[in-house]
Amino acid sequence: MPLLPLLRDFDAAPLALTLRVAVFATAIALLLGVALGWLFARTRLPGRSVLEALCMLPLVLPPTVLGYGLLVVMGRRGVVGAWLHEHFDYSVIFHWHGAVLASALVALPLVLKGASTAFAQVDRTLEDAARTLNQSALSVFLRVTLPLAWPGILAGTLLAFARAMGEFGASLMVAGSIPGQTQTAAMAVYDAVQAGRDDVAALLALAISALSVAILLLSNRLLAPQPPVR
Amino acid sequence: MTTGAARSRRGFIAAAGWALLALALPVAAQQTLSVSAASSLGEAMRAVSARFEAAHPGVRVRLNLGASGLLVQQVVHGAPVDVFVSADPEALQRAVDAGVIAADSRRDIARNSLVLVVPATGGRADVRALVDLTGPTVRRVAIGKPASVPAGRYAMQVLDAAGLSAQVQPRLVFGDNVRQVLDYVARGEVDAGFVYRSDAAMMPERVRTVGVLGGHSPVVYPAAVVSASRQQPLAREFVAYLLSPEAQALLVRHGFSAP
Repeated sequence: MPLLPLLRDFDAAPLALTLRVAVFATAIALLLGVALGWLFARTRLPGRSVLEALCMLPLVLPPTVLGYGLLVVMGRRGVVGAWLHEHFDYSVIFHWHGAVLASALVALPLVLKGASTAFAQVDRTLEDAARTLNQSALSVFLRVTLPLAWPGILAGTLLAFARAMGEFGASLMVAGSIPGQTQTAAMAVYDAVQAGRDDVAALLALAISALSVAILLLSNRLLAPQPPVR
Repeated sequence: MTTGAARSRRGFIAAAGWALLALALPVAAQQTLSVSAASSLGEAMRAVSARFEAAHPGVRVRLNLGASGLLVQQVVHGAPVDVFVSADPEALQRAVDAGVIAADSRRDIARNSLVLVVPATGGRADVRALVDLTGPTVRRVAIGKPASVPAGRYAMQVLDAAGLSAQVQPRLVFGDNVRQVLDYVARGEVDAGFVYRSDAAMMPERVRTVGVLGGHSPVVYPAAVVSASRQQPLAREFVAYLLSPEAQALLVRHGFSAP
């Protein structure tokens, strides 16, 4: 295998895009997941369990169903898509934002589950103690609840990032596979295999694997040395 | 009560086991012919296969549809396929070069034309001819991935021949197969797309044909028997059947023309 020319022509754009999509998708999933996780763990919202099941759906659904749903809703003739197109001349279809949206949706359940479990396990007496010390509700959340729930949230977030990096089916249907614009590493491997470029596919697969191992090592580092809960 | 529950659970497990076994066992005395065909042949091949099955009791045709480039890859990597029908002589040649095709079994079974289509309703772009693809109203143009979808390769040839490829390139969106291109156009997600005449004929109410295109190599569909097939006689019979008047009439009805 002529490795040198292959390395010279290696296109890193799909890897960079994969990271960019995963970072944005994880950020969205983290914000939404923590908010919803708190809502589901701590409030008596009517229809809470149904809403939670709906939020968990992307974890269970085949990616193609999610992709189809996004096409129908966000497409040029979809309810949301037509409105966006009309008023802002904006569409997530064939745009890397579409991949972010799809990845955020599949990543959300992982953060949400981690966060709601973590919030449910936080010792309420500690929060009560903070309240007797004249702390505001926001202050109690930021200084007591969130730090205590953080390991669970972080674990969910790392899983979400891994899931977002590997997103393929829904993103392919929504964002397409446009080289240099919306082609993530997963799509680049798929295209290379289809086109019979096994060498390119193998190199990309190696690069993705190396990147994933690096992220897993980093996450173990982040998760392992936890201060004992007092 | 617990014993009753346990008994009914045991009964359920036994029933599930039998059901699994029944699913796993192949239907007795049936011969299955695996045919990998280009996506654009979908409905036509379904109709042809149904007739072939009717004429050959005990034979079941299993269709595997996809982009020709992908189908070649599957065959080259040892997928259990008996007959391969490509939308592109070049894709078939790749399989021949890889030594997985019985080269003497190759027959051209149909022809097609490449057309430019636009959404039938609600399209914002003004596309009346190929050259309009460079116009200011056109944002996205869908073609098949040139490396694996023959219709995409033909489309690139058309754009090259018209000297438009540099201008249209930034607007291109790539479909996994020609049917995905058709779907993008039908949904109005793109302003125009390159598909076969037979594809456009499937959705006359959703896509409008702007024109038949020239400047590409002829769209010929070659069929051939896979050398690893364990059913050589039946596979050869299927390829021969594709050229029979009956099968040819079905192909013509689906928008193809005679080889």
